[in-house]
Amino acid sequence: MDYFLELFFGGLTRGSIYALIALGYTMVYGIIQLINFAHGEIYMIGAFTALVVASALSLLGMNGLSLLMLSGVIAMIYSAAYGFTMEKIAYKPLRDAQRLSPLISAIGMSIFLQNYVLLAQTSDFVSFPALIEEFPFMESVTIMRSSELVIVVTTAVATTLLTLFIKFTRMGKAMRAVAQDKTMAMLLGVNVNRVISATFIIGSALAAVGGVLISSHIGQINFYIGFIAGIKAFTAAVLGGIGSIPGAVIGGLVLGWTESFATGYVSSDYEDVFAFGLLVFILIFRPAGILGKTTSEKV
Amino acid sequence: MKRLLVVVVALSVVLFSGAAFAADTIKIGVPGAHSGDLASYGLPSLNAAKLVVADINAKGGILGKKVEIVPEDDVCKPEVAANVGTKLVSEKVNVVMGHICSGATKAALNIYKDAKIITMSPSATNVDLTKSGEYPNFFRTISPDDAQANLQVVFAQKKLKVKKVAVIHDKGDYGKGLAEFAKADFEKMGIKVVLFEGITPGAVDYSAVVQKIKRSGADAVVYGGYHPEAAKIVSGMRKKKMKTIFISDDGVRDDTFIKVAGKYAEGVYATGPIDTTKNPLAIAAIEQHKKVYGTEPGAFYLNAYAATECLLQGIEKAKSTDYAAIAKSLRSNWFQTPLGKISFDAKGDAKGIGFAVYQVKNGKYVEIGK
Repeated sequence: MDYFLELFFGGLTRGSIYALIALGYTMVYGIIQLINFAHGEIYMIGAFTALVVASALSLLGMNGLSLLMLSGVIAMIYSAAYGFTMEKIAYKPLRDAQRLSPLISAIGMSIFLQNYVLLAQTSDFVSFPALIEEFPFMESVTIMRSSELVIVVTTAVATTLLTLFIKFTRMGKAMRAVAQDKTMAMLLGVNVNRVISATFIIGSALAAVGGVLISSHIGQINFYIGFIAGIKAFTAAVLGGIGSIPGAVIGGLVLGWTESFATGYVSSDYEDVFAFGLLVFILIFRPAGILGKTTSEKV
Repeated sequence: MKRLLVVVVALSVVLFSGAAFAADTIKIGVPGAHSGDLASYGLPSLNAAKLVVADINAKGGILGKKVEIVPEDDVCKPEVAANVGTKLVSEKVNVVMGHICSGATKAALNIYKDAKIITMSPSATNVDLTKSGEYPNFFRTISPDDAQANLQVVFAQKKLKVKKVAVIHDKGDYGKGLAEFAKADFEKMGIKVVLFEGITPGAVDYSAVVQKIKRSGADAVVYGGYHPEAAKIVSGMRKKKMKTIFISDDGVRDDTFIKVAGKYAEGVYATGPIDTTKNPLAIAAIEQHKKVYGTEPGAFYLNAYAATECLLQGIEKAKSTDYAAIAKSLRSNWFQTPLGKISFDAKGDAKGIGFAVYQVKNGKYVEIGK
């Protein structure tokens, strides 16, 4: 039973990270129907920013929860700035172009950011400090580590806040309006540019949270970590129904559990086979994903 | 008058030695890829042979005879190698230093075996060439493909006394190959392999695999692959307070591993090549190449240097060019070479070369045994 629970929490942790990144994919897709392939890179930049900030602050003698909070917040701001700028440079000029053009632009952005970090930082793996300290009350718990608990709780809080934000604030309402019909929203006085920028800022900040938490949990990062995490999170977003926020969370968790249990009870050789097999299986029966709505093609 | 005498003496020496050269020499065949795509694997060996032979001839040769090189190009192709073998036999070479590629070596080896010619390769790593026992005339100065796995297994069994192991790899050619050799060796020794699995490199985390290792009850993990994944698995295990021994390969014997895994790296074992860069003979051999050819030596240069020296010293110590005498001499003597002090085991693999076990102690890899 312990074994099952350990796999369960391992999968939950991994799934939470996928979910945090998937939220960015799904929000951007919901608003401008763009698959932002550079989103994984934002996650990686978040992790690197936190590393730099945490190293500097720990030299000043700061530690514990305040160090995690401060470096996390700075990473969020930094990543949000990257996300905002990325949209202005790479996607906004192409907003009225064919749908393939921004997609290619996104891939280019992804390659650019990876190589930028490669050159500005290093190509090697670097050690990431364990910002999440072991809680005394977790001492006797063997099935879960403190960092896993922090990751799961943070994801739950972030998702709840995001849902409330979209449901109850003016900006949230504007986002929903733009997602439904961009032209109509514009005609009714919604500042579409601001809404799109806000979407990128929120998505990027969430990715940064994921980057900081998982790097602290695992203890190492390099310039390439965003690629695989990004692909997996994109899969999670599609699995849950791209464009749907609860869908991204469910997709992330389902993917994390599938991988964890497939490794635990079958073999890690087939981890990806199970993950993508599940994706195929779900898309056969629900082509729009678990929570996705099938929309009829607009003519 | 005196000057004329000197010239006459010098001329006669040249003439006489020339005559001796033609009449009776020790011939060493050097087949390998000397042209084509893989020439960069074969030419350094030829250069090494030339330098060693020139040195020995300058000192008067061996058994009172000069040494002569018979180079042959096999372009690393088995079908060409068989022809080359026949040609070298008809040239009556005494020993062969080659071939370079495993496939070519295998193709020519039967021909040398039938002609009773000792053959020593500087670079053919195929396991069966020695381990099958089919080629008693074959020797090599490079470790076979399974040497690293072999060392890990022997070390785990003899020094660490493990009873149950988990063998994990990264599904790559290098890691999976090593893991499969290790698994086979463990099973031969009667040690239970309780887990054999491939992981996906670059995955977000390996907590499920770590759980699986924990549940399997293995005393030790043998990992085939590179350091990023190894660092994640080791840290994962240590954070879960597992004390399972971790043994890995040359892909992990890298300072980056220690830097990334930090305190969790302590105590990790990894195999890696024996360090030859501080061997004075190796330094001298490399300097010699730079002086004569003006470039850095290429692949297998030191291995070929050592092979040529072993063959010639083997003949000298056997005091004969007889097949059985040379074979016995190679197996019973130790030779000083750029690869270190080496000898050969019954199957023809070199002792004293190849890999050593290192362990992380106080943030550094320390050699703890061969």
